[in-house]
Amino acid sequence: MSPARLSVAPAEVTAPTEVREPEIGQDVRPDKPWVVIVWNDPVNLMSYVAFVFQKLFGYSKAKANKLMLDVHQKGKAVVSSGTREKAELDVFRLHEHGLWATMEHDE
Amino acid sequence: MTSSPIRRAPDGRFKLSLSPEERDLLAGLAPRMREVFADSEDPVLQRLLPVAYPDDADRQTEYRLLVQDELMESQLGALAVLEETAGADDLDEEQVLAWMRAINQVRLVMGSRLGVSEDGSENPTSTDDPRLPAFAVYHYLSELQDDIVGELSAGEGPGDGAERDAGEI
Repeated sequence: MSPARLSVAPAEVTAPTEVREPEIGQDVRPDKPWVVIVWNDPVNLMSYVAFVFQKLFGYSKAKANKLMLDVHQKGKAVVSSGTREKAELDVFRLHEHGLWATMEHDE
Repeated sequence: MTSSPIRRAPDGRFKLSLSPEERDLLAGLAPRMREVFADSEDPVLQRLLPVAYPDDADRQTEYRLLVQDELMESQLGALAVLEETAGADDLDEEQVLAWMRAINQVRLVMGSRLGVSEDGSENPTSTDDPRLPAFAVYHYLSELQDDIVGELSAGEGPGDGAERDAGEI
């Protein structure tokens, strides 16, 4: 059930005293997360990539290694997600470390 | 066997065991990288300053305006640390992290220009290949980078970050 639908329910059925009204132009998917993707490249060392994931995101060695192997074997991996601002910051930090990172909306 | 070029000491500092030739090589990387960053036409810049929004030209333009200078300053800053401390006996952790980023930038540029691939098929097979010196530097930097990462990782205890690992991404 989407929030925008609440306000069109018949009042006599739901009878709530307060009904959320959708605003004109409001993004009806405000919480849709952004994902940060790291892509495989032939130059960055596997040990280095795993270390960067640990350092930047605080992941355990096991999780960082798994993400690194996903990048290496599958060509890419989602390494973090969140608001657009958070994703941009994560992309920036990954670029500072020479990793090939992009961001996009989650499916 | 030669000793490790970098070793974390009990006091937390990182001892360097590098020859004068290696130190000269490392100190000379920053000036060359500053030339790369100064040439906005150089296609290798796309690897040093990558696109964040490949499918959204408007947002990419906005993002680039917002962060490109900051990213370049950060990269040049790491290179400056490498240049200034190439002759040092030891480094603190911040300096080692700067070395790590600076050396990686150089590897990205050299790797792009040498056409480095996953299978290593670009490696010279002839002893009179003019690219041999460049490959030698590239592989030297790769090994040094790996040693640096190994020493930095050695300080992380087992299970480090585990408590933040509960949420799946």
